[in-house]
Amino acid sequence: MTMAEKILAAHAGLDSVEPGQLVEVDVDFALGNDITAPIAIKTFRQAGVKTVFDRERLALVSDHFVPNKDIMSAEQALILREFAAEHGIVHHYDGGESGVEHVLLPEKGLVVPGDVVIGADSHTCTYGAMGIFATGVGSTDLAAVMITGKTWFKVPRSIKFVYKGNLSPWVGGKDLILYTIGDIGVDGALYMAMEFTGPVMDSMSMAGRFTMSNMAIEAGGKVGLVNPDDTTLNYVNGRAVRDSVLYRSDEDAEYARVIDYDCSGIEPQVAFPHLPENTKGISEVGNIPLDQVVIGSCTNGRLEDLALAADVISGKKVSKGLRLIVLPTTPTVYMQALSAGILATFMNAGAVIGPPTCGPCLGGHMGVLAKGERALATTNRNFVGRMGHPKSEVYLANPAIAAASAVLGRIASPDEL
Amino acid sequence: MKIKGKVWKFGENIDTDVIIPARYLNTSDPEELAKHCMEDADPDFSRKIKPGDIIVAGKNFGCGSSREHAPIALKAAGIGCVIAPSFARIFYRNAFNMGLPIFECDGISGGIRAGDVVEVNADTGEIRDLTTGDVFSAQPIPPFMQELISDGGLIPHVLKNL
Repeated sequence: MTMAEKILAAHAGLDSVEPGQLVEVDVDFALGNDITAPIAIKTFRQAGVKTVFDRERLALVSDHFVPNKDIMSAEQALILREFAAEHGIVHHYDGGESGVEHVLLPEKGLVVPGDVVIGADSHTCTYGAMGIFATGVGSTDLAAVMITGKTWFKVPRSIKFVYKGNLSPWVGGKDLILYTIGDIGVDGALYMAMEFTGPVMDSMSMAGRFTMSNMAIEAGGKVGLVNPDDTTLNYVNGRAVRDSVLYRSDEDAEYARVIDYDCSGIEPQVAFPHLPENTKGISEVGNIPLDQVVIGSCTNGRLEDLALAADVISGKKVSKGLRLIVLPTTPTVYMQALSAGILATFMNAGAVIGPPTCGPCLGGHMGVLAKGERALATTNRNFVGRMGHPKSEVYLANPAIAAASAVLGRIASPDEL
Repeated sequence: MKIKGKVWKFGENIDTDVIIPARYLNTSDPEELAKHCMEDADPDFSRKIKPGDIIVAGKNFGCGSSREHAPIALKAAGIGCVIAPSFARIFYRNAFNMGLPIFECDGISGGIRAGDVVEVNADTGEIRDLTTGDVFSAQPIPPFMQELISDGGLIPHVLKNL
């Protein structure tokens, strides 16, 4: 069996499962945020149930429109706060404790290898990097899990990606996943379990793996999995609040497709408006002047991402008239970046440093675009209107490209500095 | 269950930011969301459509976010059903959970024009273009899912059966 099949079988109490089979599984952890949890909470209350399935297995994270963007957003965050207090929800994150959910939950060890995790947010697939069957659902499915602790899945077919060869300078997880989505399309892995394998993955850091798994949804994937190994265990040790189970795909597991990539030929990738699949190598980009650069998000807002960008921008200045917005994704990341001098580097360059928040990634706040403006971001989507006005444009890239672009005022590689 | 209405056509990969822009996600009120349905693709869409009208779109409808606000907005705006060759998986689940009928039908976007009046039979999956006489074949919706839809979605269905 593949990893995905093994995890689902174990959670359905079955010896084995096959793609296409419908199973009911126990959920190890569930999550909602300030946008999606209010609907789930309202639904939960309507059902008249007295307690959640397990008050230690649910996270309510206010991260999208916080610090409260406006009155209506404040009221949504309040709904989470009141529910958490009423039901003794241990993992409610708000204010100075809050961070971007898909960085925060692994950081706190709340989700561990071998888990089934559902979240009312499409980028829940991020935890697949830890060998977790994690996927996004709507608020109503979350409410059902809050009540029963179970959900149903159709067992997905798996598609295996094998990344080989040497990575070129500046090329990391973001570029590999953008390249992959550019290759198979935004529905290339529709309903499937994406499995990222190969020697390149074996030597990739957790940050790079999280970036890749994070964007599995952008190819339509149900989950984006990395087989757990020593890198995973090193990350999890000392952090995990529960025991891990390591599920790895069998040598003879069956895949719907196997795609090999020789990474030696892959340059840093840029996704052009208005789909993540609209990718080009950095050398083919041409002259694209920018108004804003955003470094942050559940895709590329971890310490390693900030450090990379800081290295590129160190000693240089943000281009006149361009706004560089840096959003460390959790209080821990923020503090580490502060102590390491990374935030000072950004400040000296002329960046805006914001609090942990999803903010501009979805055009909410902390860096929204006007009509005709163009931004490059380390985020995960560039649909029409994603970061603001429907007539604005978003380009996606890695943190090193983002930093170089902020200095030159146009999409650029660090090699051009 | 039969659904009949005028067709509004959209392209491929219609994402959830187009269905309901994130700037309106500071509310979950269906009436509010309805006003902004498909706004970035067609600013007057919610005002132009009549209850029961039908969206016909290209592949991968509903891609992007897990926001349930997307099917909520469509249903509250009065859309009778969405027909497309394929749907993004989270949107697929959310649509049924919200009681918004959706039909998977290959070849649909080529065959039907905006403004045609179309009738969909959920039992058989037959889609009949009453304007041209053409007939298409979609995945039917099984009786238990039709009941879920006519109850208004997953939760009303579950509460009814408690």
